[in-house]
Amino acid sequence: MSVETGTDSTTDPTAVNDETATAASASNVGSAPSSVTMTKALNQALRDSLAADDTVLIFGEDVGRLGGVFRVTEGLRAEFGSNRVWDSPLAESGIIGTAIGMAMNGMRPVVEMQFDAYAYPAFEQIVSHVAKMRNRTKGKVSLPITIRIPYAGDIGGVEHHSDSSEAYWTSTPGLTVVTPSNPADAYSLLRESIASDDPVVFMEPKPRYWMKETLSLPVTTAAMDRAQVLREGTDVTLLAYGPTVRTALDSAEAGAEHGLSVEVIDLRTLSPFDDETVSASVRKTSRAAVIHEAAQFGGYGAEVAARLTERNFTHLSAPILRIAGFDVPYPSPKMEEYYLPTVERVLDALESWDWEL
Amino acid sequence: MTIDVPTTGRSLPQLQPISFIGADGRLTDTPTEGLRIPSDRTLTGLYRQMVLVRRFEAQVTHLTRQGRLATYPSAAGQEAAEVGATTALAPGDWLFPTYRDSAALLTRGVPVPEILAAFRGDWHCGFDPHEYHISPAATPLATQTLHATGFAMAAKLKGTDAATLTFLGDGASSEGDAHEALNFASVWQTPTVFVLQNNQYAISTPLREQTNATMLADRAAGYGMPGLRVDGNDVAAVFAAVTAALERGRNGDGPTLIEALTYRMESHTNSDDPTKYRDAEEVEHWKQFDPIDRLEKYLRQTGALDDAGVDEIAEAAETLAASVRDAMNTEAEIDPRELFAHVYARPRTALAEQQQVLEAELAAAGHA
Ligand SMILES: Cc1ncc(C[n+]2csc(CCOP(=O)(O)OP(=O)(O)O)c2C)c(N)n1
Ligand SMILES: [Mg+2]
Repeated sequence: MSVETGTDSTTDPTAVNDETATAASASNVGSAPSSVTMTKALNQALRDSLAADDTVLIFGEDVGRLGGVFRVTEGLRAEFGSNRVWDSPLAESGIIGTAIGMAMNGMRPVVEMQFDAYAYPAFEQIVSHVAKMRNRTKGKVSLPITIRIPYAGDIGGVEHHSDSSEAYWTSTPGLTVVTPSNPADAYSLLRESIASDDPVVFMEPKPRYWMKETLSLPVTTAAMDRAQVLREGTDVTLLAYGPTVRTALDSAEAGAEHGLSVEVIDLRTLSPFDDETVSASVRKTSRAAVIHEAAQFGGYGAEVAARLTERNFTHLSAPILRIAGFDVPYPSPKMEEYYLPTVERVLDALESWDWEL
Repeated sequence: MTIDVPTTGRSLPQLQPISFIGADGRLTDTPTEGLRIPSDRTLTGLYRQMVLVRRFEAQVTHLTRQGRLATYPSAAGQEAAEVGATTALAPGDWLFPTYRDSAALLTRGVPVPEILAAFRGDWHCGFDPHEYHISPAATPLATQTLHATGFAMAAKLKGTDAATLTFLGDGASSEGDAHEALNFASVWQTPTVFVLQNNQYAISTPLREQTNATMLADRAAGYGMPGLRVDGNDVAAVFAAVTAALERGRNGDGPTLIEALTYRMESHTNSDDPTKYRDAEEVEHWKQFDPIDRLEKYLRQTGALDDAGVDEIAEAAETLAASVRDAMNTEAEIDPRELFAHVYARPRTALAEQQQVLEAELAAAGHA
């Protein structure tokens, strides 16, 4: 798997749409390896899921004719027809609520929340019904719904377009929460999420939509409840997911220049948490830090730090650190560079440990 | 510049609620928008079911006061809306009820212990939704209206002729989900019937503080669907209106909003104190519109019902009440381990670990 981390297209969403359009029109199913963006990988995963299973339906805001504001559903309505892929009225609770009814009637809906913060109107339907239906019907009714949510910042988005909402979903029993960090995983994890009988909140890291990778589709990566060691190291474990995986990999590279051997783990699935893989790494390195964009207080990193400490305390040489967003609302485009966890902030955090211990 | 002006398609419901049988038990001369009164045979069946439902509600309310149930929202007074609407469903149709609608579950044949499971404090809905074609009763207000819409959309896509019916209250009609469901259903032309039971109150809040609309059925026009306002205490009107609306849906003509005017005779739940927000005269006033009394008078006039018939039905109601008492005297078996059994389809290690914690606690406490 070769990951091109250097692309600068993330800073210019307008340039990117052209790029995505080109990628989407070049059908390369099962073909020789080629350069694939995350958007294209997601698009192909949706296409292949629609083709594989008649009960898969896609609907949401602008997902039909336009192909979604990020073009993830591009071309699908034309290919599968408006009975399979269509534009719904503009109401997020309505989208999730009707998806529930469809799932009760044997369908496998894949719905899009246009932007992270615009999933909030659907909060009640997701938390009170999607997450609980299986339990309150003693397993008689399962809701195989995939809720796609583009999230995270670093795309120059105006307010409400850059939230990281994962902690709301991960703290809700009944939901599976998945977030890929690269095109291959985007394809494989989305296919697996759609096939899952549990409802999945599938969080797509917007700043990585235009990341390219050379691969041939279809591709199957590790199973969705497994974290993955992306880079081996012996001194410290960096835990990251979605948009911060690249930050972690870049930090590992920079750390190596300072003589630090950094292990990087991509969590991939936030709920369930892969205790086995992560604890094994932490026991080996004895130090860990978790990186995310969402605010630190009560964030996902708090759970990670707490459970790793509970399970591995005697193996630790230092407190587990959270390198997260500040406890402020996600800032404006001009301020976001000061908010987002950077390589420098990661290295500073690692330096803050007493390395004599 | 010219603007296209629509020429057709919009009409408001008639102001006078549709009613066949008036409070005095006589046929009314209210216009009924082309609906026809159900046969005496059908009405006798509806009468019987309403009597059963009333006895059921009274018995459960009584047992709740005795502490046998954690809470119970009774639909006493609303029997016509509950029974009339539910009886109109075909077996393949799906019902999406609220906490208020145990009467509808009873009418569709859900066994008593299963209807009351959640109100007794169990963690699940009690019955298998696929067996009875009924969704678990929703407590988050108006959320179920979207489920009914989505289910009907899937039926339409699959080409089956299942329609859906959902109940909602006057209070719930203010929720965003109610608006979204009516809109989605109309845009998608789903076979969905929305039965809005306007029982005048949302807990303590009266209708006039819930809406400034002339009537709730008027909203249908704004969604581009037919709206009807029926006398919700006239089971003949409810049954006829819902039957026609289901038929419309099945014919591909989309959803219908039916506002059933009725009154909640009991408190909101057993823990409510209605004296704080309504007076006894108001309750007395509504007694004269009782759904069962009027139908009994009517059916006696037509000869479909006599003393013997009434007695036989009353006896059946007593048998039902006895079975409710029996059911509530039996302690439901619970297994604490089941806390973990149905949360996910795919087993989770972390949950298995937590289950072990509980197992150890149970063992220490001497449970098997
Ligand atoms: C979203 C939500 N908000 C508040 C409540 C609490 N609650 C339960 S019933 C009720 C009143 C509902 O009134 P109405 O819709 O008229 O139905 P009725 O109880 O009269 O049948 C309220 C406020 C709730 N269940 N769900
Ligand atoms: Mg009410």
